Amino acid sequence: MKQVTGPFLALLKRDLLLAFRHRGELANPLLFFLIVVTLYPLGVSPEEALLRKIAPGVIWIAALLAALYSLENMFRSDFDDGSLEQMALSPYPLSLLVLAKVMAHWLVSGLPMLLLAPLLALFLSMPTPALTILELTLLIGTPLLSLIGAIGVALTVGLRRGGILLTLLVLPLYIPVLIFATNAVSAAAAGMPVTGQLYFLAAMLVLALTLAPLATAAALRISLS
Amino acid sequence: MNDPGPALQARGLECVRSDSLLFSGLNLSVRTGQVLQIEGPNGSGKTSLLRILAGLTPPSDGEVLWRGENILRRRSAFLSEVSYLGHQLGLKAELSVEENLRLSLALNGLSFSPVRLAEALQAVGLAGREDSPARALSAGQRQRITLARLILSTATLWILDEPFTALDASGVTLVETLLAAHLNRGGLAVLTSHQAVQINGGLIKLALA
Repeated sequence: MKQVTGPFLALLKRDLLLAFRHRGELANPLLFFLIVVTLYPLGVSPEEALLRKIAPGVIWIAALLAALYSLENMFRSDFDDGSLEQMALSPYPLSLLVLAKVMAHWLVSGLPMLLLAPLLALFLSMPTPALTILELTLLIGTPLLSLIGAIGVALTVGLRRGGILLTLLVLPLYIPVLIFATNAVSAAAAGMPVTGQLYFLAAMLVLALTLAPLATAAALRISLS
Repeated sequence: MNDPGPALQARGLECVRSDSLLFSGLNLSVRTGQVLQIEGPNGSGKTSLLRILAGLTPPSDGEVLWRGENILRRRSAFLSEVSYLGHQLGLKAELSVEENLRLSLALNGLSFSPVRLAEALQAVGLAGREDSPARALSAGQRQRITLARLILSTATLWILDEPFTALDASGVTLVETLLAAHLNRGGLAVLTSHQAVQINGGLIKLALA
């Protein structure tokens, strides 16, 4: 068995480099996240008690939509310029290369949201214990969004207008993540235990980490053929 | 190698694209030291055949054998010996020549050496362009990057889809020289081209209707 970390790291590095050279595109989902959350106090009500109550849902829905919004670019340019063919022709497992791409996607879309979220949570006057749990759910949940999303993107990348189909495919799979995550944060805000929800999210992440790259690789091979 | 049999073989290949039959019952065999040139009018399935031979598209029927084994069953072993050059070059416009080639080396498990890179770029007429972004190069020059990729690869089987399209006269000669050297090393190649390929010996042709 050949050393598999080489191609994994090379691809990860390349995707990060590409993202860095497209900083404008990089900022888009993050700005979207920021704008959606900040519009709530303006549009709904600046009342502190209400904001505190809806804060977990608002932040998580914004994060989910921002993730959905950033998904489409995951394989698009690689598909268009033939890089994906070259990856499929690598002797290494395509699922491994897929995992590198998903990780790069999370690093440039999920991680910045994770860093921005505490600020937005304070803005919505979320109590500190809930804030810690919010960060935890985002830490477990956003990679999950990238992994699940990758399957949908891989299935629709060959279609010219795959955007709406992608949403329809991926959104139902995002719902459980949203439910458990917001429930955990709300419970934490109310001072209740949250280990159950967190364990469930973590279990889903482990499942997605093992299965999603395989499913994505298979879907990409179908899209390429 | 003692094995006298053909390295690449296809049996009873059939290809259906968008409900129309491109070819069926297609057999071919290529030995080391041979180039197979696939000819045929536009839309006759040349690219589809190459993609089937590279394992990118599964054939509707039939099988492709590499050293006697089905390529889809022994994918990793097969792919480590193949280099495929398609219509899309697989280059990132935002990355430099060197960054592009580094990735393709890594994807094939080969180590990078600046000396070898410089030699390969010298050979394809891109000496000193390591740091130019692919975007800044002309179509022909970008095609030459993919030729550098071929030089750096250790593949036995080259699958080239229209390798001459964007190249000038010196580029065409370059591809022919590379092919000749590749065959001498015991390699083999399958290519499509609308123009005559000048190779001393070892050229076989297959016409698709």
